[in-house]
Amino acid sequence: MHERLSQRSRDASGRSVALKDVATIVVFAVAVALLTAWLDSGVWLTFVMMTLYATLLAQAWNLLGGFGGQFSFGHALFFGTGAYVQAIAQMQGGFNPWLALVVAVAVAAGVGAVVGALTFRYGLKGSYFALVTLAFAEVFRILALSVGFTGGGVGLMLPLAESAGNMQFGSRKGYIALMLGLVVAALAVTAWLRRSRFGAQLQAVRDNEDAARAIGVDPWRTKLGAITLSGGFMGAAGAFYLQVFQYIDPAIAFGPQVSVEALVGAIVGGMGTLWGPLLGALVLHTLADLTRNLFGALPGINLVIYGAVLILIVMFLPRGIAGMLDRWKRS
Amino acid sequence: MFGFDILFPSLLNGLTTGAVYALIALGLTLIYGVLHIINFAHGAALMVALYAVYLLKVNWGVDPYLALPIVVPGMFALGYVLQRAVINRASHGKDENILLVTLGLSIVLENLALIVFKSDTRTIETAYTLATVQIGPAFIAVPKLVAFAGALLCAGVLMAIVARTDLGRAIRAVAREKHGARLMGIDVDHVYAMSFGIGLACLGAAACFLLPTYYVNPQVGSGFVLVAFTIVVLGGMGSFAGALVGGLLIGVVESLGGLVLGESLGQIGIFGIFILVLLFRPQGLFGARA
Repeated sequence: MHERLSQRSRDASGRSVALKDVATIVVFAVAVALLTAWLDSGVWLTFVMMTLYATLLAQAWNLLGGFGGQFSFGHALFFGTGAYVQAIAQMQGGFNPWLALVVAVAVAAGVGAVVGALTFRYGLKGSYFALVTLAFAEVFRILALSVGFTGGGVGLMLPLAESAGNMQFGSRKGYIALMLGLVVAALAVTAWLRRSRFGAQLQAVRDNEDAARAIGVDPWRTKLGAITLSGGFMGAAGAFYLQVFQYIDPAIAFGPQVSVEALVGAIVGGMGTLWGPLLGALVLHTLADLTRNLFGALPGINLVIYGAVLILIVMFLPRGIAGMLDRWKRS
Repeated sequence: MFGFDILFPSLLNGLTTGAVYALIALGLTLIYGVLHIINFAHGAALMVALYAVYLLKVNWGVDPYLALPIVVPGMFALGYVLQRAVINRASHGKDENILLVTLGLSIVLENLALIVFKSDTRTIETAYTLATVQIGPAFIAVPKLVAFAGALLCAGVLMAIVARTDLGRAIRAVAREKHGARLMGIDVDHVYAMSFGIGLACLGAAACFLLPTYYVNPQVGSGFVLVAFTIVVLGGMGSFAGALVGGLLIGVVESLGGLVLGESLGQIGIFGIFILVLLFRPQGLFGARA
């Protein structure tokens, strides 16, 4: 089913596998950078940007759901936290957006740590964990609607001030560079998870929590680490969303759409893999764009596709696209 | 803080809403108790039932209460087919998969409704929409009283089916020990699908009772889904009595919470209960420790 721990040996061959990961990540980054420099159609640049953005959502979910086996239905909780902190730090705290990004990631990771500490402390898993994360996201959505400093249902609009120092770029290319940096960071963390002691412990907890405990792994601390990392990357995605669209409201920030996109991308691509989230994001965005061209911009059509693809993947390819490619390679 | 004149109507209002919540939660808890799965598409299925009642009324003038014999069997059939054709097939025997498939179903259903009906909120007009009766210092809408009585009646019928009929015996046997039940000659897949169908039939009845005083839009189900889960968790997963009491309790909490904190913050009370119960008493008020 999953990679055997014994295969992940720490000898010279293990080091060469790690080098291979680094090399593929560098090749990927250079390829996207070259593609972006070469493209000049706004439609295609937007496609690249939104696919990278969806990749980051799926990667963030994958850290906890794929490697840790904890399925969150409410990852928008961290996304929305990141987006609102990014907005409020700039508009009410006078922070520079680059500094605000650091704060947004830290606060989102902190929310992840608090939620994780509570839920894992009391041993919630499976369906219960999924429902509790959803409930937390709903609580934050209602709070964002009700308290003053979030602007309530009207939302917050970031004042336009175009310059790289303000993290507001004149063209899509600047945003793609920023997002590429975030995606590469997430890929690096994922590659580290696959090789490191912490990652091995996390996967052991996912595969059999009791057995992991018996060999001296602390499941609580391990899962807590994963949800904190996952929350931080999700917060970065939220902050990025705010900088691109310069607007956030409670439904966008904490509503189900983002949670669904993160989860479906990771599951379709292949949970617990390095490149699965990218594959999932690419396939889903291609499908969504194709249907938009075929049927016009019907509201909700892309989510119909996401839901249908999710059902089909769980039915026929439980290990996602990455798992299918892996099987082809081996046979 | 508030006098009896304000609290009493609010309490009655909460009880009438709570009875419908209880009916919705009974369907959910039946599915959980038998299949040991969380039906995440429960809210979306309620939305489908509400649109069915709405369309029957608007296109053919069928009164929502007279729609019961159409919508309830219709929802039962939908549930039976969904379980046999989609959920059972996709599960590969793993609970996480069922959770994901029912999530996928809810996304598809909600957004199909968005495409077909747009995001408009729709209501229906009946002769009795605005009729009220006086109980003590409170004026209660007649459809709400009907909903209260109807929901409790349906809950009673459901419990009688499970307690007294052969089907009910089969359902309880499968819930307790599915391999043993299979060896005794019970068609487990059929019982699964029947349970899922009955669970959705409860939603059909709830929709008929709700719509005269409520509304329908594509997102209406997501509001109910967490409320229903809260009730089921509060009452103890799989416990019928728990779902009934939990439903009434949550209805009252929502109504009184709304009075004290305002509409939107009142909702937080429900999610707060949900999170607290899951953290500190996951077996619920009536459930046995799993």
